[in-house]
Amino acid sequence: MKTSAHQLALWLFALAALVPSAAHAQIVVYADALYTMAGPGIRNGVVVIEDGRIAAVGPASEIAVPNGYRVLRAAVVTPGLIDAHATVGLTGIFNQPHDQDQIERSGPIQPELRALDAYNTREQLIEWVRSFGVTTIHTGHAPGELISGQTMVVKTVGNTVEAAMLVETAAIAATLGPGARRSSGSPGTRGKMMSMLRSELIKAQEYLDGREPKVEEDAEHPAEEDAADDVVADGADAAEPRTKAEHGVSQPRGSRNLRLEALARVLKRELPLLITAHKSQDIASALRLAREFNIRIILDGAAEAYLLIDEIRDAGVPVIIHPSMARMYGEMENASFETAVRLRTHGIQVAMQSGFEGYVPKTRVVLLETAVYVAHGLAFEDALAAMTRVPATMLGIIDRVGTLEVGKDADLALYSGDPFEYTTHCIGVIINGEVVSEKAR
Amino acid sequence: MNRLVMTLLLATLWTSIATAQGPIQAYVGARLIPIDGPEIPNGTMLVQDGKILAIGPKDDIQIPPRAEFLDYTGTVIMPGLICTHSHIGGIGGADSSSPMQPDVRIYDSINVRDSGFRRAVAGGLTTLNIMPGSGHLLSGQTVYVKLRGAEGEARTIDDLFILDEDGEIMGGIKMANGTNPMRSAPFPGTRGKAAAIVRDRFIQAQEYQEKIKRAAGDPSKMPKRDIGLEAVVKVLEGKWVVHHHTHRHDDIMTVIRLSKEFGFRVVLHHVSEAWKVADEIAAAGVGCSAILIDAPGGKLEAVGLALETGAALEKAGVLTAFHTDDYITDSRLFLRMAALGVRGGMSREGALKAVTLAGAIMLDLDHRIGSLTPGKDADFVVLSGDPLSVYTRVLMTYVEGKRVFDIRNEKDKLYAVGGYGAGHDQSPYFCCFSHLMEMGGAQ
Repeated sequence: MKTSAHQLALWLFALAALVPSAAHAQIVVYADALYTMAGPGIRNGVVVIEDGRIAAVGPASEIAVPNGYRVLRAAVVTPGLIDAHATVGLTGIFNQPHDQDQIERSGPIQPELRALDAYNTREQLIEWVRSFGVTTIHTGHAPGELISGQTMVVKTVGNTVEAAMLVETAAIAATLGPGARRSSGSPGTRGKMMSMLRSELIKAQEYLDGREPKVEEDAEHPAEEDAADDVVADGADAAEPRTKAEHGVSQPRGSRNLRLEALARVLKRELPLLITAHKSQDIASALRLAREFNIRIILDGAAEAYLLIDEIRDAGVPVIIHPSMARMYGEMENASFETAVRLRTHGIQVAMQSGFEGYVPKTRVVLLETAVYVAHGLAFEDALAAMTRVPATMLGIIDRVGTLEVGKDADLALYSGDPFEYTTHCIGVIINGEVVSEKAR
Repeated sequence: MNRLVMTLLLATLWTSIATAQGPIQAYVGARLIPIDGPEIPNGTMLVQDGKILAIGPKDDIQIPPRAEFLDYTGTVIMPGLICTHSHIGGIGGADSSSPMQPDVRIYDSINVRDSGFRRAVAGGLTTLNIMPGSGHLLSGQTVYVKLRGAEGEARTIDDLFILDEDGEIMGGIKMANGTNPMRSAPFPGTRGKAAAIVRDRFIQAQEYQEKIKRAAGDPSKMPKRDIGLEAVVKVLEGKWVVHHHTHRHDDIMTVIRLSKEFGFRVVLHHVSEAWKVADEIAAAGVGCSAILIDAPGGKLEAVGLALETGAALEKAGVLTAFHTDDYITDSRLFLRMAALGVRGGMSREGALKAVTLAGAIMLDLDHRIGSLTPGKDADFVVLSGDPLSVYTRVLMTYVEGKRVFDIRNEKDKLYAVGGYGAGHDQSPYFCCFSHLMEMGGAQ
């Protein structure tokens, strides 16, 4: 397998030299095993790419393949992987103050911090994760303050953050437990954390009440659907400003407050609160907060989620599970390689992440983290879904990415074999119809 | 197997039986990966008194009467894994008082009940080099340990020591260069100063050694005892190996330069940028214990880290091992590093040797461990499948013929897989991590 992978890589390289690089090349990708994630796996499948989008996909025997297209082949082809929670682009490879923008220490609650203002598109680690098949990342402010800031969704290409953008604000990042404890001042305890969060949300509610005339919307509509639509709209047209407040739908009665404005979007269920919580008591607190304020939350990390499976499932809360190889100490001391399969078996939506790393390695690779969960019982296609369709749905970008279907962005990952095997190589990555990586990695 | 070998083998076998007292265990039917020879698809391994008695194809090995017959069909047996660089055990070596502390022994700090030891046997590890951190130019004396005993059986670190032929506790010296030891004075602020501090102390040790030699056993002429210099003298004498943290290509060459100047034996550890100077390392005849991490960076000296390091070293002919650096990587997944080595272009044989025999050579223990060879300690791991596959699990781990880990045991499984109660009493040790935590916002 290794030899053939290397040969294939060389062959791809040779091909690349022959074909002049052009934006939106026309490409045909053949796969011994094609996982579209929109249906069952296909033996001997093909994906036809035209003008950056998927023009056709299916069994090679049923698809008419045009002449003159660049041809790529791989043992396994999947949708480009989505890292459901990273800090890549904000946390630089050097780990020096000048390249660490994932956490702002000046205060415990700063939901107004936008991820796009801190993202370095030329950061080397973006290219690194991309070379393993990661085409989309949900990145932004890291766990480590009660509310550390905003997150966004970007493609792993683009010269500017605007060019990479899928969703400008995807979530507000919050942390419960020891990770949010400040060495001096507040919050210093779990009780104080919840008190501060609740107080801030109440303030935001009052701000919302003051700024926007009371609409019945909240009570009447199935807010889940509304919210999802809103997020999709974000993704579809990221350049437009988006909140109703910003549009001037409401008549502001006071001056604008960026902090409360951001939290108001959580209260309106436009944005989820992405709550990093590992210990069971912190997970329980997160669920309690969601009930009290009727907000959407996503559980992040959730090392002890296996202790609260019923509660998480009944609350309908999705989980972006911690990297399998995250170190077992502190609040993650009881982490388990079997958490993913246990949550999935009970019908909980599970997505995979690389997470935040303060030291070495400076980023993890979502594919490699997922592999260890697969080795411990997570079903192969559930695992692929947890890096493609599931996070795409969770983040409101399923109309663009996450499955291989006609009309969607041509984001593909090509592997020399079982993507989860340690010795398999990622041999090609395509984003928006362009081959962006061909190094066998 | 030809007849002569067969005859010799049987002769050895029956001689052993005649002289030894203990019962014989026959592990039958597994795929055997001896490391020092070709893989045996369907083999038999005989163990007696904690030592390997014989190994070979099932048809070639006669199972002695009254031997305990253990059917391991369908499994894979390879030597116990050897980690040349680990920080488990809740250790604390040198403190912040000075950059060179050869007087400090790591074994005075180890908690043998630390669950890190249980995770290590769950990963198939049987021998470790436990080291103080790399925040010093010289952070103390390391200790080589065997992971003897099932859950709760090891009572003190004495139970884990490996003694040499003179009955002395085996270990080496931990040194570091590059960015980790750079701090405010009395620590070095530059690489030039770092090398000067090291040379200065080694020259002191040479003079101390000379004084002892001149005293010729006359107590009145002996220098005042200095346990730090005594330790450095052991390095100068070649009795102890220097285990040297070094990442950047120029830092690697500095270590080689110093080792030549003072004639000390050294193993280069981590070696993120060894791929840039692989030929020079080979020319110096120095071994490398590398670490493969899932991404480069996290600190300046590791920015050049590559998955191809193992392959580059192997190609250059350098003796190459891997290590966990636990808590940097998890001991439970040590075999994964061998697989990543292959992913980076290393041969299967080279990668498997890198987690077994190569480490044994670096710890001066290759006559006792590192391969499934008659006469060596019966340290081995039983796997559910190929050692390089993500789907393979460690089923059992044996040290000196005794089972120290068994996945069927509920407590052992908890440590292997994780879960509530798996992580109590774990004291992570990351060198030079705390100031980054302050800055980077790690938990």
